[in-house]
Amino acid sequence: MKAVISALLASLLSCLLALPTSAATLEPANWEQVLSEARGQTVYFDAWAGDPQINSYIAWAGQQLESRYGVTVTHVKLSDTAEGVSRVLAEKLAGNQQEGTVDLLWVNGENFATMKGNGLLFGPWAEQLPNFALVDADGHPEMREDFTIAVEGYEAPWTRSQLVFFYDSATLDSPPRSMREILQWAQANPGQFTYPRPPVFLGSTFLKQALLELAVDSAPLYRPVVPAQFASITAPLWDFLDALHPQLLRAGRSFPAGGTELRRMMGDGEISLAVSFSPSEANSGIAAGELPLTVRSYVLSGGSIGNVSFLAIPFNAQAKAGAMVLANFLLSAQAQAHAYDPQVMGSATVLSMAQLSTSERALFEAIEPGPATLTPDALGNTLREPHPDWMDALERAWIERYGAR
Amino acid sequence: MAHAKARPSNLAIRLAPSLVLFVLVAPVVLGLVLTLLPAFGYLPVLGGEQLTLAYFAQLFAIPGLAHSVTVSLMAGLLTPLCALSLVLLFLAGAAGTRLELWMRRLVAPLLAIPHAAAAFGLAFLIAPSGLFMRLISPELNGLISPPDVLVVNDYWGLTMSLGLIIKEIPFLLLMALAALPQIQPEKRVAIARSLGYRPCRAWLMTVVPALYPLIRLPVYAVIAFASATVDVSLILGPNLPYTLSVMVLQWFNDPDLSYRFVAAAGALLQLGVTLVALLLWRLIEELGAWLGRRWISRGERRTGEASLRITGQVGVGLAVLISVGGVFALLINSFAGFWRFPDNLPGAWTTQAWSRALGEIGLPLANTLLIALVSTVLAIVMVIAVLESEQRAGKRLSPSMLLLYLPLLVPQIAFLFGLIVATEFLRWAPDIKLVIFAHLIFVLPYTFLTLAEAYRRLDPRWSQLAATLGASPWCIFWRVRLPLLLAPCLTAAAIAIAVSVSQYLATQLIGAGRVPSLTTEAVALASGGSRGIVAVWALLQALIPMLGFALALFLPRLLWRNRRGMRGLN
Repeated sequence: MKAVISALLASLLSCLLALPTSAATLEPANWEQVLSEARGQTVYFDAWAGDPQINSYIAWAGQQLESRYGVTVTHVKLSDTAEGVSRVLAEKLAGNQQEGTVDLLWVNGENFATMKGNGLLFGPWAEQLPNFALVDADGHPEMREDFTIAVEGYEAPWTRSQLVFFYDSATLDSPPRSMREILQWAQANPGQFTYPRPPVFLGSTFLKQALLELAVDSAPLYRPVVPAQFASITAPLWDFLDALHPQLLRAGRSFPAGGTELRRMMGDGEISLAVSFSPSEANSGIAAGELPLTVRSYVLSGGSIGNVSFLAIPFNAQAKAGAMVLANFLLSAQAQAHAYDPQVMGSATVLSMAQLSTSERALFEAIEPGPATLTPDALGNTLREPHPDWMDALERAWIERYGAR
Repeated sequence: MAHAKARPSNLAIRLAPSLVLFVLVAPVVLGLVLTLLPAFGYLPVLGGEQLTLAYFAQLFAIPGLAHSVTVSLMAGLLTPLCALSLVLLFLAGAAGTRLELWMRRLVAPLLAIPHAAAAFGLAFLIAPSGLFMRLISPELNGLISPPDVLVVNDYWGLTMSLGLIIKEIPFLLLMALAALPQIQPEKRVAIARSLGYRPCRAWLMTVVPALYPLIRLPVYAVIAFASATVDVSLILGPNLPYTLSVMVLQWFNDPDLSYRFVAAAGALLQLGVTLVALLLWRLIEELGAWLGRRWISRGERRTGEASLRITGQVGVGLAVLISVGGVFALLINSFAGFWRFPDNLPGAWTTQAWSRALGEIGLPLANTLLIALVSTVLAIVMVIAVLESEQRAGKRLSPSMLLLYLPLLVPQIAFLFGLIVATEFLRWAPDIKLVIFAHLIFVLPYTFLTLAEAYRRLDPRWSQLAATLGASPWCIFWRVRLPLLLAPCLTAAAIAIAVSVSQYLATQLIGAGRVPSLTTEAVALASGGSRGIVAVWALLQALIPMLGFALALFLPRLLWRNRRGMRGLN
């Protein structure tokens, strides 16, 4: 009896002692170790959950991880990524160094900047992922730069987005191709256009796109905001929005909550022009029976904002190994090809086709992109994301001006 | 009974009231204090070590704040005013008729629809592209695209108030129906009628003054809920600006943590708004009483009888119709393929939304069930312990037991934030146990509210008879009182389950998003879900409380097949 108890105590003690030490020595480059440590872990994946297709995709990835690596994935559904950032920051301030509640976070832009600036991230780990080689980061610098901030291995690329517009070709022959044309078109067709309410990501990106186009000089937008210059640099944007808002749906007195609501409004014929962050949005909408077959996508003639979104591991995550295994799986050719399928998610891949084997490439080639999806050529010129400072400054200024009428 | 042995179980019963009170009041008070301190700048982990009013200054400088406060206050007064008037008028007109009988049956399923699901149903019904417009377009109005009018998310939050009114009518109806037998409305009406008053008028004049004090507390709970709702406001409320409670939530989640101080100040302001709404309601009560006395002293006996009756019946009827119509709209949308606007019905039908949701439902459904069942069982046991202790002591509980209702009167947002600060500080991982406890805080008062009267009204002669036959207090409890009270206990359990299932903030905030439930999933999809998906989740959310009420209705009938008087209401 005594022997049993002491054996139990010993194993209990070793469990207690083993946990922190193994976490401390986790070596991202030693992939075998990562895999063996990940087995049996539960990864809390905090990710924006406003799109059912993306949620289903994450659920699929979770099933794959469970069966392949014995890792359980729980999607913590955020309505705004800021919730996850604020949680990690609060944990750090409360002195919680090892028992974090977030293991993997879908971030980019100002949220990444906040986390990196506050020392909230574990890493570097991303470039040690076996599948990182597939993105060809040397040939694609955007894989190492997030809204002008150097990534330095603190987050792994996941998906690629670009701002596109879509319209119903049955009611609209030639859609407007610049912000000024959008204003003219809206004045001639009041109540046919609207954009999501900032700080919803898509709405804020629309603001940045408009500012990039309308600003006298876009160079300051790639540097941190200088408060003294903010008003003069953004003046053309506010003039534009002041003129545009009365022409919007509901005369700008209410804004939709996100991209899916825009899609629904287009499906109902409430609007004839909408904005999206996915080149295959229109196609997915048609496939899901939410949009008429006549909807088509296009980009503005001056090019549009494109970015890569990433996956980051907080400094106090409890399942860092499991999080890395998940990030690596999401970077695999199979997962990326599945995401590329417009029936699934319709997301442009971050992988470089040249880095893939013939059989991996075939996974992508087998997918029918659909009539409303923009090919990479049609996506035209990609504009770089401004410095992350601008996102927050524009959102707060927007709410200041329009948030209360 | 006086010589009940000092068994531990007897001690537990004696201590039950204090214990339950502590479990409920401690977290509310702790949460409030931990909200109060940061509101005045004190939160050392965030570097706030000095008391300051700066965050209130920052709060009051936020654009649109005055309007947000106004909308919250309006919803907090409009909701009880309309819901209560309609309920009273309806009961006055329908007392003793077949209509009242139908309503008794309808009230439970209507109550079972969670707030978020009912709000989605309403939105799907009355939005410019909603079911109603599709039915009348283009036949009646010539429209081939949805009219560009702001109905849902309107500036003054009227649609939000409508959604709340529709949801609170069944709640107040149930509370009123439960309280009525105590005051013998038939006898009151009979006396008034013998003096020549028409029935509806007689009911209003003689029953309402006695009934209102009995349902005052539920009315106050309605005010507190309506003035501080988050989920209904997210779905139906204005977004330029948001209502106060929603803004507080957003500040709390801001990655700029200094906004947590503003959020705390906002939460305190929300507490103030709810208090002001309650105080204004006191004035409305006084005004109503004064008007009522004048009305009675005029001595008119006949005029306006029909219009009183019709107002109540049409109002409540419309509320029922909208609720049912909303569920119908959810059902159609959940199976709809592409549905061009003026078409009355979808052009194609699909089970895509259902199959997608059913693939993801496992964890949220399991969580919802587990949380609801555990918190309900705990609440029922605790409430019965308190009531049993009251029975054995032979006198009413002390007035301090009114504190039991504190969680219903304090806006959730005002103390949940403080509780989160506490859990973060104590490093309690947000898990299902914490969420269950948070649910218990809300489930328990509702359980008490629904069970207390039935327990107290039970004819004491049954117990006395058993005692004379030599039964011990525990024997009386297990073999007499509990079986006799099975039906009301099950009804209370069904309401407790409905309350638990509809909790949004307590699940989302305390669970840190890691304990997904049907409600958090449904509300998370509100910002991004297609109509089909939202409809499926809203229906799934309504399903569990429905099952709960169905069980509460049929279980006594099954168990007491041969005991007609023990089957509860109808």
